[in-house]
Amino acid sequence: MLAFTVRRAIQAVGVMIAVGIIAFSMFRFAGDPVNQMVAIDTSAADRAALRHSLGLDDPIPVQFAHYFVNAAQFKFGVSYQFRQPVASLLAERMPATLELAICATVLSMVFGILMGVYSALRRDSLLAKIFQAVSLIGISLPTFLIGILLIYLFAVTLGWLPSFGRGDVVRIGWWTTGLLTVSGLKALIMPSVTLGLFQMTLIMRLVRAEMLEVLRTDYIRFARARGLTTRAIHFGHALKNTLVPVITVAGLQFGSVIAFAIITETVFQWPGMGLLFLQAVQNVDIPIMAAYLLMVSLIFVTINFIVDILYTVVDPRLRATISRPA
Amino acid sequence: MTEPVLSVRKLQVEFATRRHVLRAIDGISFDIARGEVLGVVGESGAGKSVTGLAVIGLIDPPGRISGGEIRLSGLRIDNLAPEQLRRIRGKRIGMIFQDPLTSLNPLYRVGDQLVETITTHLNLSKTAARKRAIDLLAEVGIPAPDKRIDAYPHEFSGGMRQRVVIALAICAEPELIVADEPTTALDVSVQAQIIALIKRLGRDHGTAVMLVTHDMGVIAETCDRVAVMYAGRIAEIGPVQDVVQNPLHPYAKGLMGAIPTLAGDNARLVQIPGSMPRLSAIPPGCSFNPRCDVAFDRCRIERPEPVRHGTQAVACHLYDDAKEPAEETAA
Amino acid sequence: MTETAVPQQAEPSAPRPRAAPAGWLGRALDSDVFYSFRRSRLTMIAGAVTLLFFLVAILAPLLAVQDPFDPAQLQLMNSRIAPLWTADGQSPFLLGTDEQGRDVLSAILYGLRISLAVGVLGVVFAGALGILLGLIAGYFGGAVDSLIMRIADVQLTFPAILIALLVNGVVKSVFGNRLDAASTLAVLVFAIGLSFWVQYARTVRGSVMVEKNRDYVAAAQLIGLPAPVIMLRHVLPNTMGPILVIATINLALAIITEATLSFLGAGMPDTMPSLGTLIRVGNNYLFSGEWWIVAFPGFSLAALILSINLLGDWLRDALNPKLR
Repeated sequence: MLAFTVRRAIQAVGVMIAVGIIAFSMFRFAGDPVNQMVAIDTSAADRAALRHSLGLDDPIPVQFAHYFVNAAQFKFGVSYQFRQPVASLLAERMPATLELAICATVLSMVFGILMGVYSALRRDSLLAKIFQAVSLIGISLPTFLIGILLIYLFAVTLGWLPSFGRGDVVRIGWWTTGLLTVSGLKALIMPSVTLGLFQMTLIMRLVRAEMLEVLRTDYIRFARARGLTTRAIHFGHALKNTLVPVITVAGLQFGSVIAFAIITETVFQWPGMGLLFLQAVQNVDIPIMAAYLLMVSLIFVTINFIVDILYTVVDPRLRATISRPA
Repeated sequence: MTEPVLSVRKLQVEFATRRHVLRAIDGISFDIARGEVLGVVGESGAGKSVTGLAVIGLIDPPGRISGGEIRLSGLRIDNLAPEQLRRIRGKRIGMIFQDPLTSLNPLYRVGDQLVETITTHLNLSKTAARKRAIDLLAEVGIPAPDKRIDAYPHEFSGGMRQRVVIALAICAEPELIVADEPTTALDVSVQAQIIALIKRLGRDHGTAVMLVTHDMGVIAETCDRVAVMYAGRIAEIGPVQDVVQNPLHPYAKGLMGAIPTLAGDNARLVQIPGSMPRLSAIPPGCSFNPRCDVAFDRCRIERPEPVRHGTQAVACHLYDDAKEPAEETAA
Repeated sequence: MTETAVPQQAEPSAPRPRAAPAGWLGRALDSDVFYSFRRSRLTMIAGAVTLLFFLVAILAPLLAVQDPFDPAQLQLMNSRIAPLWTADGQSPFLLGTDEQGRDVLSAILYGLRISLAVGVLGVVFAGALGILLGLIAGYFGGAVDSLIMRIADVQLTFPAILIALLVNGVVKSVFGNRLDAASTLAVLVFAIGLSFWVQYARTVRGSVMVEKNRDYVAAAQLIGLPAPVIMLRHVLPNTMGPILVIATINLALAIITEATLSFLGAGMPDTMPSLGTLIRVGNNYLFSGEWWIVAFPGFSLAALILSINLLGDWLRDALNPKLR
């Protein structure tokens, strides 16, 4: 078990180093950082001095090591467009994105699992067919269209919900939250539904497929032969076995939720990391792009790691194969 | 005469596909008495397993019981509501499936699966159920049951897992155990132990056992009586020594000829030419006639009904002069 | 809920599982032919819609009342006209006009060309890249294989849209922020191709691994055929089924990705709008009540993707029911 954890941790670090090389290459080679930082009339000598002070004339491996050490301390350099440290820009916007992503994930998990289980157990019912149709539309409608549709319906036409922003937020230490105010909660509804809908569709399809698969297994047949109640079979045995693979996918999906938040944040002008990243792409603000890539990768890799470990906790078979020396 | 534990009359099971209705079981009848082990033998697809599933009420759509009746100690069970049937399953009829590796839910400890089954059927507290579970594990021959009860299925070997499955099948003291090829998936050395266990449990508790297998060897050493199935019908049924030593039906003869003997008289094993017809293409008359080397015209037109012949009952036109329709297996 | 569905009839009354419906209409509705027709009818509609979209995109110059990319043809006095069937509608602007006096229908027809072009080219590029890398990884194995597949693993954890955005941003920073529309299109194809190659590579690699140990490949090697020929002529055709399925589903994804990039302002410029660009521009007028500027491009995009997805689902079931 420990060996497995260590192996997984090493893999995670490997991925982070690979991403770090990409981020560094972007930072270093995509456009000259010095040109971005100085005025057009700066003399060549001043440029050279700045280049030297930034360490840009060091050998590339040294520069990379330098970048990496800095990045590990969350020093990502200075944004070209804001002239502020990237780290503080990101930190300022991270709570908004995480709150949105977590809400969307919770929504998609709860409804995705409920709908998936229902449509697996009552495959031929009308509601299950409606769920299937909804899932097809959910996969086919681009996120931004769903957002626009919701805004038109609930903000423009009905006027029930705000069409943009986070509403009032409360500051707790460095974290800001919209969960504690009415306007913050109202502002959260449409963005999280928009963001969660696609994931919900995926989870629903997955749960349905897995559950149908599990219901065909011998141990379910044997459970029925043992005379267990339908409730115990469906919601004990079948559901537990269904949820094991679902955990992995849902965990991995959290990473893409954060990435997809770029779209949702743009539609709803949600002041999160995604919006910042998009502005950086539009303005070629490489330090922010590189830092965002690193931050998001860190979140992905961490979640992957946690999911792997969690998986072994849930599935005793895996625990056994792992604890046996390979 | 005491009432048989299981009494099946003219049972029919059909599977509806979009094109055909396939009759997997076509009018079979048999009894199993208390403490008796009935072997059901035949090729794959002869309807052995479907018979077992029908008895325990686990025929899933598109299959259904389309005729006949099944009685458990006199109570008709084939037309019970699903909830009543569920209360019988596991309590009055225990079932053992073929593959112990897949019969147990891998995510639950064996103790949990036992306790869950016990508390479903018996009015016991969790503690009492757990105690009973340990006793059951001990009874089926699992060493150190008080420790093993908290193990997961994958921590047992195949044979040990089948013992757990048996413990699960008997945990509410059923009157009848349906064992569907309980040894097929196991090593040969373990097979004998499992068969011996099933036999012992049947004897100790007076449980009737329906043992489905394609292994004549297992039948010969375990069963009191044997039913030979072919293409959804019973070709021959009778006491095991009589059927083995003096098979009447040409198919049963072929089947007995296929048993290798340790005595080793070096005679070549008999092969039955051809293969069993598909359910969608059962020939008219006797379904065995295309493979039968003694078939005559009538066999190709008229379906033979079972007749009594000594201790055995056989469905073959060769024995029609007996003229005494067999009650079991019959009209 | 299988248990409740078991019809445990006591009498062997009905030989058929369900009673035959009365009347010729009932029988016709119950028949196998109608059953399969009903199953495929949706696919047929989806196929027809997809075909229609491709046709009108190709024929756009003939169908459109104006060239929306040509500023000379746009007149500001025609701006923000409502669709024809409303009280304020004006001929020939069937679906109304936007703030620049651009006919919405013409813009959709031309936008469709861009969206489909980027989608198809992106899929072709991704497919070519993926197939090539998959062949190399599968055929040579060893270190090459593990390098390619590691990259694939890592990339698969990142959503395509993020990769496309990054590629887009980097290319922009290298070539400067002022790219003309045609180069932007090329960049989009490149970005989408880079985000979608993994699935092809995995599929091809998998079947190469299986196929390369077959006798006919050994035989081809024995008669001295060079490795590339063996791979192209013998191994690749076996993977075409799954690849076609992936390509169809990816076409929908590629179109969504392009539309999303354009919507986010990282794709096609306003001067040469794709459907995504049209939606971004139209979104600004949602609040002032000019719903048609965004609604029709949005509807077209949704209908296009839904049709392609339906086709993809059908293709997957038809070619290989085991493929998830």
